[in-house]
Amino acid sequence: MNKPLSDKSWQYRQLNAVTPGLDALSDALLELVAAGEPVVAGTADLQYSNGLSKFHRLHPERFVQFGISEQNMVSAAAGMAAVGMKPYVATFASFLALLCCEQIRMDVAYSKLPVRLIGHHAGISLGFYGTSHHATEDLAIMRSIANLTVIAPADGNQLMEVIKASNDYPHPIYIRTQRGRDPEVYANRQPFTIGKAISHFSGTDLTIIATGSTVHPALEATRALRRAGASVGFIDMATVKPIDRDAILEAAAQSPQILTVEEHNVLGGLGGAVAEVLSSEGLPVKLTRHGIYDEYSLIAPPTHLYVHYELDAKGIEARAVKLLEGVS
Amino acid sequence: MTQPGKIEATGGRNSLRPSDEEIAFLKDRAKFCRLETIRLIEIAKVGHYTSVFSAAELFSALYYDAMNLKRGEPKWEDRDRFMMGKGHAAVGLFPILADLDFIHRGLLDGYTRLGNPLGDHPDMTKVPGIDFSSGSIGHALSAGCGMALAGRMLGKDFYTFVMIGDGELQEGQVWEAALFGAHNGLGKLIGIIDRNGYQLDGSVDDIIGVEPIVEKWQAFGWETHVVDGHDVAAVATLLRTLKADRDRARPVMIVAETIKGKGVSYMETEPGWHLGYLDPSDAALAIAEIKAMEI
Repeated sequence: MNKPLSDKSWQYRQLNAVTPGLDALSDALLELVAAGEPVVAGTADLQYSNGLSKFHRLHPERFVQFGISEQNMVSAAAGMAAVGMKPYVATFASFLALLCCEQIRMDVAYSKLPVRLIGHHAGISLGFYGTSHHATEDLAIMRSIANLTVIAPADGNQLMEVIKASNDYPHPIYIRTQRGRDPEVYANRQPFTIGKAISHFSGTDLTIIATGSTVHPALEATRALRRAGASVGFIDMATVKPIDRDAILEAAAQSPQILTVEEHNVLGGLGGAVAEVLSSEGLPVKLTRHGIYDEYSLIAPPTHLYVHYELDAKGIEARAVKLLEGVS
Repeated sequence: MTQPGKIEATGGRNSLRPSDEEIAFLKDRAKFCRLETIRLIEIAKVGHYTSVFSAAELFSALYYDAMNLKRGEPKWEDRDRFMMGKGHAAVGLFPILADLDFIHRGLLDGYTRLGNPLGDHPDMTKVPGIDFSSGSIGHALSAGCGMALAGRMLGKDFYTFVMIGDGELQEGQVWEAALFGAHNGLGKLIGIIDRNGYQLDGSVDDIIGVEPIVEKWQAFGWETHVVDGHDVAAVATLLRTLKADRDRARPVMIVAETIKGKGVSYMETEPGWHLGYLDPSDAALAIAEIKAMEI
């Protein structure tokens, strides 16, 4: 095991001062270990980025450092699951969902092994690190793999509940997370049910549906719109697959318009999943899919990118206002 | 399914070298594996004969001697595990699984037919006795690393055997697993390279050379052994010897020198048989040659 980080190091400050939210993953896994679960955590040279360093420090016997060998990590996790362990392996979403797509399909999903794949720093949250580190395709790819469940928690509290809910879940799961800096959506931990959307408001003019990182800004936008007098509903679609059809159909029954918001290509992700449900029911609802419009993101600090791509609260609100005014 | 026990010089169940009777049995099971392969591929009308024929003695030594298994109990928790990266040789493994009562023998008769669980590649979700699915070359050693590591974490004593092809060494993931296995000192992981020298498009040397294989694994920190992969007594003796050292602190890679198509003369000299079909007259000749095999 590596020697502990010095408090003089940049990585120590990142973990403890800048992104304390990174503890959520470790804390949730520590709860499972404390409950006697055969949990094992693995990472591919990113334990300080995903916060698993805390788990490593407290349970080195249950931590596996795979090095920069992501494909080996995914296949080995499947092997561990095949003999009775509960592996949670984490790396950047780009390297997990794209680089290891085939290992996920063959060794984890097709083999029906309860591996939990945590793709962190998803979307464009790695900002100026660039396209290699962005993942705006992962929801679409993971969603199309049979047997695989796909969940994007909105904040640390929800992540902890997702991990808790995953413990006895019999299927493999792809869990899409951010940088550990998510503003709080859920002040308290609330039990999470996989496959069940969380409806915050219902509206008769428009319903906004978001997942993961866009829940917080989209919820802020919803609140602003409601304060301004519009009847806007909001659904946190944390589980992208299996998607909560009933929640979508209920929204469609109430609102003539639905706006999906995701930090992902507008093709194949949350918007695609909602479109599939609506079109299969033949409902006369106008759907607008907001996200990254089938392009590679510019580079910039992530918060700047969110403004540029109108994925911050103001940008989402502006999009919604156009829809409410019938401009687009 | 004997177990290496105390070492005796005389041969037999508790010896590191199988008895003459055991050797005869293992040879017979290798023949059975080849003959059943011909029978099953006749159903599918295409298959990987030669990939099985190079590995038949390895399968026999593993399943009928080295591996700790219980007949009829494919899910027994403490069993030794086996998986292969060269999943296309599964047609030779299925008859053995049936022979060990892991699957119903009648399933073999519907090999590859609609609704039958037995296909060209092994599927752990459908076939009892298959410890890990394969088909995409290069994943198996990683999965084997995971099993061996998990076994250690869970305090289990089973061995994990992983067979890979020599062409498979062209996959980068194999070398990720090579680093990982050595770094973690996975002493209950035993890899076997079926070094038959050929892959689909031609000889491994001509496609993308992988030599020197032994030195590569040594350099990666693995204990290496070279064995004649068709000398079933030598293979069984080696596997018993390796299993007798239960405190080994690093993984093992066995390089089994084999002949692609072993047992059928016109396949041994013709590389274009990686995938193929024997029409009935060719099959009769192949069956006669296999039955006459003296290894």
